[in-house]
Amino acid sequence: MVQDSLVAALETWPEQGIPDKPGAWLMTTARRRAIDILRRDQRYREKLVLLERSDLRPEPAEADDRLRLIFTCCHPALSQEAQVALTLRAVVGFTTTEISSAFLLAEATVAQRIVRAKRKIVDAHIPYRMPEGAELAGRLDGVLSVLYLMFNEGYLSRGTQVAMRRDLADDALWLASLVARLMPDQPELLGLLALMKLNLARSAARFDGVGELVLLPDQDRALWDQAAIAQGIELLERAGAMKATGPYQVQAAIAALHSEARSWAETDWHQIVVLYDALVRMADSPVVRLNRGVAMSHFAGPEAALGEVNDLAIALSGYHLFHSIRAELLEQLGERVQAREELHRALDLCSNPAERSLLERRLKD
Amino acid sequence: MKYVLMFVGSTEDQDSFDRLPPEQRAAAYERAGTWFEEQSRAGRLVGGEELQGPGSSTTVRIKNGKAIVTDGPYIEAKEIIGGFAIVEVKDLDEALAMAKAWPAGAVEVRPVVDHSADIEQSQARLADSAKNG
Repeated sequence: MVQDSLVAALETWPEQGIPDKPGAWLMTTARRRAIDILRRDQRYREKLVLLERSDLRPEPAEADDRLRLIFTCCHPALSQEAQVALTLRAVVGFTTTEISSAFLLAEATVAQRIVRAKRKIVDAHIPYRMPEGAELAGRLDGVLSVLYLMFNEGYLSRGTQVAMRRDLADDALWLASLVARLMPDQPELLGLLALMKLNLARSAARFDGVGELVLLPDQDRALWDQAAIAQGIELLERAGAMKATGPYQVQAAIAALHSEARSWAETDWHQIVVLYDALVRMADSPVVRLNRGVAMSHFAGPEAALGEVNDLAIALSGYHLFHSIRAELLEQLGERVQAREELHRALDLCSNPAERSLLERRLKD
Repeated sequence: MKYVLMFVGSTEDQDSFDRLPPEQRAAAYERAGTWFEEQSRAGRLVGGEELQGPGSSTTVRIKNGKAIVTDGPYIEAKEIIGGFAIVEVKDLDEALAMAKAWPAGAVEVRPVVDHSADIEQSQARLADSAKNG
């Protein structure tokens, strides 16, 4: 039965041991993870050398199989939570324990999600195949959402324990590069990959020496990884040449403008607002409009921006960033009392420790 | 692989459909009819029916060993099943493609349990008992 190979992949990793063809295995498992495991075992030194060669290319049949696996894990008939868990398990090689700690969920919850998803794959005959033709675009969107969600969860967790789980963000980047290597002609995929690269390029500047979160305006730009920024921009240019723009490319373009600016003040805010306008047209959401409002405040002034941001009150009253941005704008307008009230509201709604600490510091100023 | 496609909608959907002018209702029926024809020609259709409204429904429950007959559908909800199709296709994707082409609203796609082995077994038993009896 076709589903057997997926179910087998879900069950045998990571107990299957080291396969004979490291090239194939490289495609199955995160390279870094594979190397970690191999380092622990002296007998596999020869395979380690092979794995560390980055020019290893999968055989075409192997590549097809990987894509089939990824697209099946991200099948829309499965819940998105299940898609994320299955992809991390079967494609990246996470254990159930690792998935549960990455998403701050009980291990039993994750295990149950995977069991249910596997049962549905078998019972409903979800095919183990690559979508074709007109179906592909929609299905690729689903895969991109899973990658994006994974990346965001790792980049700045909503959880309460750790501010940034580099692991998950790195693995999302690895997975996106893998898919991009297998499907080199998908502009939105390259756009997402560029977005991840450009965000991770700022990692070193995002936390100070004592682990406190540093926001973009205050970051030491000398700490940004210029090589990664160049790679991100190159990816974005490749995507742009394909002449099919989309929300991930636009978000990457916004990130690129920030990356290229020498300072917060010297950022090309006008261009950023233009890009947010495009994003509103492609994928309108209150959060996109909130970000547009921030960009607008830099050339139209805080009052105009506050007017736009206030329109989002109904949609975003439960979102801590809405209140912290309102606080910032009110502060600029000299409304200190209201600004403090907004900071308190933001603090009540925020669970990430680094973000909370930042809000507390702002309250003390 | 066999699936049942359940054509579902809300009571409001049904009410507004009932209020449509006759020619629009006829056009909607024609679109649904075309879907059935096309799927049948493609060899995917095993069977299917449109159901009369929930007002025509009667439910039988067993309570304390006695059959209780009540007026109305089993599921008291705002959603109704307007009809169904039984289809035979390769996999879920093919069933979902059929559902996407359905011209008259939402479709729930459910795989059916394969009882063919049970049926074969009971037929074999019947044949055996016929021989021996």
